[in-house]
Amino acid sequence: MTPFITLTSIVAPLLRNNIDTDTIIPSREMTSTGRTGFADGLFAPWRYIEGRTPDPDFVLNQMPDAQILAGGTNFGCGSSREHAVWALAEWGIRCIIAESFAPIFYNNCVRNGLLPIALGRPVWREILGQSVTINLVEQHVQVGDHYRLFHIDDEAKMMLVEGLDAIDLTLKHAPAIAAFHVRDRAARPWVYL
Amino acid sequence: MAATLFDKIWDAHHIVDTSLIAIDRVFLHERTGAAALKSMADAGRPVIDPRRVFAVIDHIVDTRPGRSDATLMPGGQAFITETRAACAAVGITLFDVNDRDQGIVHVISPELGIVLPGLTLVAPDSHTCTQGAFGALAWGIGSSEAEHAMVTGTLRMQRPRTMRVTFNGTLRAGVTAKDMILHLIAKHGAGGGSGYAVEFAGDAVTALDMEARMTLCNMATEFSAMTGIIAPDAVALAYIKGRRYAPDPLPDWSDLKSEDGAVFDCEIRIDAAAIQPMVSWGTSPEQSIGIGDVVPQGPQRAHEYIGLAAGQPIAGVPINAAFIGSCTNARLSDLRRAAAILKGHHVASNVKALVVPGSSAVKRAAEAEGLDRIFIDAGFEWRMSGCSLCFYAGGEGFASGSRVISSTNRNFEGRQGPGIRTHIASPEVVAASAIAGCITAP
Repeated sequence: MTPFITLTSIVAPLLRNNIDTDTIIPSREMTSTGRTGFADGLFAPWRYIEGRTPDPDFVLNQMPDAQILAGGTNFGCGSSREHAVWALAEWGIRCIIAESFAPIFYNNCVRNGLLPIALGRPVWREILGQSVTINLVEQHVQVGDHYRLFHIDDEAKMMLVEGLDAIDLTLKHAPAIAAFHVRDRAARPWVYL
Repeated sequence: MAATLFDKIWDAHHIVDTSLIAIDRVFLHERTGAAALKSMADAGRPVIDPRRVFAVIDHIVDTRPGRSDATLMPGGQAFITETRAACAAVGITLFDVNDRDQGIVHVISPELGIVLPGLTLVAPDSHTCTQGAFGALAWGIGSSEAEHAMVTGTLRMQRPRTMRVTFNGTLRAGVTAKDMILHLIAKHGAGGGSGYAVEFAGDAVTALDMEARMTLCNMATEFSAMTGIIAPDAVALAYIKGRRYAPDPLPDWSDLKSEDGAVFDCEIRIDAAAIQPMVSWGTSPEQSIGIGDVVPQGPQRAHEYIGLAAGQPIAGVPINAAFIGSCTNARLSDLRRAAAILKGHHVASNVKALVVPGSSAVKRAAEAEGLDRIFIDAGFEWRMSGCSLCFYAGGEGFASGSRVISSTNRNFEGRQGPGIRTHIASPEVVAASAIAGCITAP
């Protein structure tokens, strides 16, 4: 995974609450059984007018180079489909700034090197349409001369900054996991089929 | 300190750090599981314990009688055949297209006794929280995390905060678990549960049968909660006993409850007697109202998509289609209650009506008591089990411009097809509305 240290980009505003993963990538666009091939279906219901004609009013058609997308509350709610994050990443989005995130979507972002930043509405308003620089190590968003701090938990930050694969990291605990299974098998034999 | 039910299960599964949690069961389906299995095979990573991983074909399987691997969704067959091959290659038990145990993942897992009290169970499917009804910690994840759980037997987690939602009082006639959860989401928002594991409690919850408890927990994800959970009681144990994968005798699960004096990070109390039959008016489950109410002022975009103005009564809005199905409301009790309303009636002449049993076992049980005849005589199509038109996958769909009354869980823009307007409600409301040809109280 590409490490995420800093990123400078214009912020594409998508100012709606409860943007769901069905809208980010509709089921009918999920035609590949793998993890690639979804950028064309990204935001298909909003991005295209008829068939595949781009809607000039849709923000990603206006700002196709934006690597940061801003949304409202509960961003990424609905289906757990990781295809939503794969589609965003494949399109070129590397960071989403929203007022809040749905939990499964948030984790899917972190697992794919995409930085989710939760920022309150007053701060969020001042970055829309602006070019900003994000520094994940320092945990701030720079807008002009202003620095806005954001929170991210240590684990997610480490995974993103170092571009780590979660499975490789966890397998370092293989002895502790094996020891847990020995203890647990004695305590709860019925769990082990 | 007095522990919550959530604390007890979490702490019993804690391995190292503050974040590594043991996972007891993984359940996959062809839509998101195929990607996890493929990626795992590509990386040459083995499954740590395939006997504790299960898979089913439910999401895009054809529900018309005489079905095969062919799907109405273009390209869908590859999801089925790849899932089948990958499961066989690593020794995962698959409930295949025409297996007698096939059905929607969250319907068959309890039917087979795969979910049990005190377990951690994950699936790459947001409605995994359904299974919290049995006192398991069950939640939805992405495909990468499913791969992580299969390979390592664990997940890296941030401990969520705890919330208790207590429903006290007696539900009025015609009010169901679906109305309870829609009432909660309408009142506290589609993001209201974000960051929380939610325990449902109170005498109105313990009065529910297991199928209704599953409906209640099912939509915890529409509340943006990590999961919903209910302490297992005698009703739960009676359901579990004798199921195929359940232990015999059952272990002592009596400690699986929140202690008196346990402190939750957030508490919500709801008067169950004040809940009306609910129906969604907009494009988020939080945009739901009592069936006797008028459409409130909401976001302009929601009004435009759904084609209803503020101030308009929701009852009486004409519909073109009625759908009974999904992991929310397609179990035997749901079909029985809908059939009781439909018996001796026929759906309105302009309404396309479809009922899709939640599992093959539900279908057989319903047919054994003649429910299929009631639905068919009322003008419903009687289908084979699957997720069906809970979402539109590019194959089968409702007629363009349809307004659908649906026993499902999501009324998002385009969820059931481009431009399709969805109103979610209980099976009772769906049945009554199908007969009347407009949104109607049961």
